[in-house]
Amino acid sequence: MSDTDLTRLTAARTAAVIAAGEASALDVTEAHLKRIRAVDGDVHAFLHVDADGARDAARRLDARRSAGEEMGPLAGVPIALKDLIATEGVPTTCGSRMLEGWLPPYDATVTRRLREAGLVILGKTNMDEFAMGSSTEHSAYGPTHNPWDLERIPGGSGGGSAAAVASFETPLAVGTDTGGSIRQPAAVTGTVGVKPTYGGVSRYGLVALASSLDQAGPCARTVLDAAMLHAVMAGHDPLDSTSIDAPVPAVVEAARAADVRGMRVGVVKQFSGEGYQSGVEQRFREAVSLLEELGATVVEVDCPAFDYAMPAYYLILPSECSSNLARFDGMRYGLRVGHDAAASAEEVMASTRDAGFGPEAKRRIMLGTYALSSGYYDAYYGQAQKVRTLIVRDFQAAFEQVDVLVSPTTPTTAFRLGERLEDPLQMYLADLCTIPSNLAGNASMSVPVGLAPEDGLPVGLQVIAPPTADERLYRVGAALEAALGDRWGHLLIDEAPELSLNTTEAAL
Amino acid sequence: MTVGAQVGPDLLPYDEAVAQFDPVIGLEVHVELGTVSKMFCGCATEFGAAPNSQVCPTCLGLPGSLPVLNRTAVESTIRVGLALGCDIAEWCRFARKNYFYPDMPKNFQTSQYDEPICLDGHLDVEVPTADGMRPVRVEIERVHMEEDTGKSLHVGGATGRIHGADYSLVDYNRAGIPLIEIVTRPVEGVGSLAPEVARVYVTALRELMRTLGVSDVRMEQGSLRCDANVSLRRLPTDPLGTRSETKNVNSLRSVERAVRYEITRQAALLSSGGRVVQETRHWHEDTGVTTPGRSKEQAEDYRYFPEPDLVPVAPDRAWVEELRAGLPAAPGTRRRELQETWGLSEFEMQSLVNAGAVELVEATVAAGAPQEAARKWWTGELSRNANAQGVDLTALPMTPEQVARVVALVDEGTLNDKLARQVIEGVLAGEGDPDEVVAKRGLAVVSDDGALIAAVDEALAAAPDVAEKIRGGKEAAAGAIVGAVMKATRGQADAGRVRELVLERCT
Ligand SMILES: [Zn+2]
Repeated sequence: MSDTDLTRLTAARTAAVIAAGEASALDVTEAHLKRIRAVDGDVHAFLHVDADGARDAARRLDARRSAGEEMGPLAGVPIALKDLIATEGVPTTCGSRMLEGWLPPYDATVTRRLREAGLVILGKTNMDEFAMGSSTEHSAYGPTHNPWDLERIPGGSGGGSAAAVASFETPLAVGTDTGGSIRQPAAVTGTVGVKPTYGGVSRYGLVALASSLDQAGPCARTVLDAAMLHAVMAGHDPLDSTSIDAPVPAVVEAARAADVRGMRVGVVKQFSGEGYQSGVEQRFREAVSLLEELGATVVEVDCPAFDYAMPAYYLILPSECSSNLARFDGMRYGLRVGHDAAASAEEVMASTRDAGFGPEAKRRIMLGTYALSSGYYDAYYGQAQKVRTLIVRDFQAAFEQVDVLVSPTTPTTAFRLGERLEDPLQMYLADLCTIPSNLAGNASMSVPVGLAPEDGLPVGLQVIAPPTADERLYRVGAALEAALGDRWGHLLIDEAPELSLNTTEAAL
Repeated sequence: MTVGAQVGPDLLPYDEAVAQFDPVIGLEVHVELGTVSKMFCGCATEFGAAPNSQVCPTCLGLPGSLPVLNRTAVESTIRVGLALGCDIAEWCRFARKNYFYPDMPKNFQTSQYDEPICLDGHLDVEVPTADGMRPVRVEIERVHMEEDTGKSLHVGGATGRIHGADYSLVDYNRAGIPLIEIVTRPVEGVGSLAPEVARVYVTALRELMRTLGVSDVRMEQGSLRCDANVSLRRLPTDPLGTRSETKNVNSLRSVERAVRYEITRQAALLSSGGRVVQETRHWHEDTGVTTPGRSKEQAEDYRYFPEPDLVPVAPDRAWVEELRAGLPAAPGTRRRELQETWGLSEFEMQSLVNAGAVELVEATVAAGAPQEAARKWWTGELSRNANAQGVDLTALPMTPEQVARVVALVDEGTLNDKLARQVIEGVLAGEGDPDEVVAKRGLAVVSDDGALIAAVDEALAAAPDVAEKIRGGKEAAAGAIVGAVMKATRGQADAGRVRELVLERCT
């Protein structure tokens, strides 16, 4: 099988090819490293490619397989990790100068589970600094480019993970989603992205943005691949107090079933109209009709509190983030600036934070510091928590009527690099539809449903399920994917333009 | 050093101060729980380990690390709360207290804020007065859980403080050790007794922690730390005055001294028409004064909010009741039992309590010593040593077992009291066990009559006039010869026997 063929496979198929001995894990790893060398100069999905580590892992897997050892369902499949997931001895920068050169002394639980399941970690993917942004332009190491159009954003904050998957640099990636950072990049890159139920995947070793909102999840090109990765990543972790102590929902079975017959689907009334691109709304409506054709019943659902989700989110997130990011002070690890005999510890902390954080990080730290200040707490953080409760209630009421909710994942297709960089509010709007799920801790997925006619760029549909009912996402997502695949004769991602290959790049 | 020595232009003599003003105190006591592992991670908590040897990603606050609550710490806190008669919250949370300091790995402390686990209790204490013991009920507002910070060591400079230091080293072994904070309501109506109430309260609290077995409460190692709030008002019916909060009061004696000092300082301010500033103050053990720290205007805004990395604590009611049923007898009850068993007077018992020696004497008795002898050494020689060093008795490097051994050596005649004091001195100086000190220093009563007779004869020969007097029937003159023999044998003789021999040799 040629290198190109190996990079075009789904994760499920890749594992099968390795299991059947048609290719070794090392072959698969080399094919992807070669692909990264060829296209990542343009895409810039990776901040760090751990070629040696990947080859070593692949070799060890091949040796174990030759020794007759039984392997997991994704053994030998390459994967990329968003650069805020701790990887022992491998750089973890969070897209920030603050952590340039920092080598974590430990693995995140997710990292450990992936290694134990035999996935081969190719490297770390680009992101908005400390996961703050919707375009990856806030990375201190330069933006990632959307493989569908290199002049456009790949979404954010996990644009690197989505772009790596969309450009066939890896079949799988891990992202994290605080307000849409897995789903919105999936939508604008024509890939599948899932934010599991809050507490479904351990946060231990994930550098926190907003602890009560953050959740890691799978990025993939197919719904089944996402489910298989979800099953490996998820499950109770005693190191994370907020981790759910219950069996992982049967996501792989649900993805294989791909059956929506008898399901009740609610269309969120709040997520349409002004600000929504016509092609996005068109593809969304077509997909909803398709669900009806597939046997689901569709109703409109009113969630009035969702109108306040964005302002509440932009109080809760900065508040938590101002505290979570306080530890980056140059005292113990990472960047240290202004350290000389005359400087006090406080001065070194201030100089380090001034030099180490980019403008968006500073904006949110200041917002959060203000919102938590004595005298303002009740008006800001306190009120936002009340709104959060109202949103939870809207969801609860909705899920009494329907099994899942659906909406466009993001109001528009990928916008141009630089277009919203100077206008934070416009940038924030990209997460309008995804934020309520983080505030309520629901499970949500973005699945590709076509290209917007006006710009030929991918459109994602968001499926939202109640907490711990993650399997419903996969039933709906897989059913849509299968029906659309039948209609098109291929996956949407197969329509992505061929990237020009740079074969002169120095070998990794 | 006495407080009186510092009365100057800035202090009013204590008697005058309490004649003019009504003091109100409040105490915040931090106790390090004696759990095997830290509050939010599995690291060990042993005192005195090599710097930064008991750390992990969580207590170092490394990016991505998360806390997991130590159940034993919660259990200990609930037991303390129950012993103090508190209500145990059905549901409570941790909060983050945000401020920047190099010894705090996350630049926030995980603590409890407006939702403490224990609320509304009390501790009954007895304060010695000229008219006997006076009972005082100290109301407890709350008991809450939090994590300790690391420790900074400022190297260079003159004062060992951060300002002027060449550089600082931080040891994170202490970071994340479980602490509980026990906060009283304002203690009113005790008038001039306020300093004693403060000391007796902290003593009683320390005793309670020991009885519960939740902490070794060694103040000199910082496992019990006290902040004392003091305010004055003209009349007991007036509203509370502006208070100062004195930090870093780390011995029982200092608690009393610091409160007394603040009363005299504030009284001087107020009586000269000044105003007390709401501020934190630092207690200086060596000079016995407090100096200003942060004022209220400079106070940090800690931006508390609920800790999102931990789930709420909702202690199961059955568990709480089980813990309540398993509480040991209160120290007061235990004290009365001991007083009865040992047949002590109220005064004798109170001296033991005041010396902080009850458990030590109990342990010494358990190690085989009679209670009279155990009490004698702990409240006598050992208390003198502790006072001279300005530490609590428990801080002395001598165990109840070692004291019991000294008592046994005296009983069997190997030592007399004078030699016993030398043995204690040797043990405290780190020369080893009592038996080792006896051997090394060659301390033992000379019981060999032959050797003693030779010494007596020598002494008599050296003082023929005295010998003549004795021979002439003046037995009182024998004292001088006994003294000379004791000196010659470096105290290692039994003085009674020497006297007998002197009289024998002169007849
Ligand atoms: Zn630790």
